[in-house]
Amino acid sequence: MADMRTPLNKVRGLGSAKEGADHFWRQRVSALANIPLTLFLVATIALLAGKDHAQVAAYLGSPLAAIAMLALIVSATVHMRLGMQVIIEDYVNGEGAKILTLVANTFFTIMVGLACVYAIIKLSLGS
Amino acid sequence: MVEFTLPKNSKITEGKTWNKPRGKGDWREFRVYRWCPETQDNPRVDTYAVNLEDCGPMVLDALIKIKSDIDPTLTFRRSCREGICGSCAMNIDGSNTLACTRGMDEIRGTVKIYPLPHQQVVKDLVPDLTNFFAQHRSIQPWLQTETTEPPNEWKQSREDREKLDGLYECILCACCSTSCPSYWWNPDRYLGPAVLLQAYRWVIDSRDEATGERLDNLEDPFRLYRCHTILNCSKACPKGLNPARAIAELKKMMIERRY
Repeated sequence: MADMRTPLNKVRGLGSAKEGADHFWRQRVSALANIPLTLFLVATIALLAGKDHAQVAAYLGSPLAAIAMLALIVSATVHMRLGMQVIIEDYVNGEGAKILTLVANTFFTIMVGLACVYAIIKLSLGS
Repeated sequence: MVEFTLPKNSKITEGKTWNKPRGKGDWREFRVYRWCPETQDNPRVDTYAVNLEDCGPMVLDALIKIKSDIDPTLTFRRSCREGICGSCAMNIDGSNTLACTRGMDEIRGTVKIYPLPHQQVVKDLVPDLTNFFAQHRSIQPWLQTETTEPPNEWKQSREDREKLDGLYECILCACCSTSCPSYWWNPDRYLGPAVLLQAYRWVIDSRDEATGERLDNLEDPFRLYRCHTILNCSKACPKGLNPARAIAELKKMMIERRY
């Protein structure tokens, strides 16, 4: 308990990281982008409900639909990673566990994002 | 991981009932957190009965009456008894507030009193605010200038002075910071609403010349950006200030200086 460090020493710690504004800004921008893109996703799901594989592929064959879908994936996964990062930093206190979870968060996001992008491209290009 | 339950030796037990209502009067029950560092006992909640007809109107009046008439071992901080020193900040009826400005008539039924949440307890209702005040010191809450000091005073326009309204009134009672879940989880790295409000107070002071350095020191994922706009701070502030707004303004300035 008594480690003889002064309270000010503890509070100053390793100093300011001099970042955080970028994370804050990207989270807001991606949230903004998610609004129309999610509406587009909802409309797409409503439109394609009950349709077969060929019809979905034809829909995504349109460059506009495919690009909007890719934009949604990029924006949503970026937003997801930023949000999860905040939760991890909030609740995981051990430095080791925190770093590991943050790295896992990044890997998970990249894999989910790539899988979705691959699926869209495959459907869109009709192979 | 963050702890959601109290450690075993902090679990609260049922304490002693010191007195019962006697005779006529407007009797009110008080349930008060007690913990003494000199014993190995867990914290407990003691029960007192106070005749409000024989007592001042504020919760602090009742605490003082308990201490002088019933139980002299009850420990709490108090000084000005008019909401300007911030000493008697505690958790009353589930909210952080000042015992001296919280009227008994604002509380229904039993009055439950605990120390400010999520701070180490020194004794009974006295929290250890060492970290809180060190954080306040870390934002250098004083005027910083490089220009040669003017012969009389640093001047400020009426408009610039008005920008400090709603900020300078903060009495550092810690009600807001200790009501903030983000501060509960990361009190060592997140500065908390009170200190950020103070930081903003100096950032927007037109006479101060260290604005950029002040923002540099705040720009940190933990120091500033642990604020998730939960807004408990603004709800708790017994002075009616709005720390959440001050933090939002700081975040806006962080963006403003980038673009």
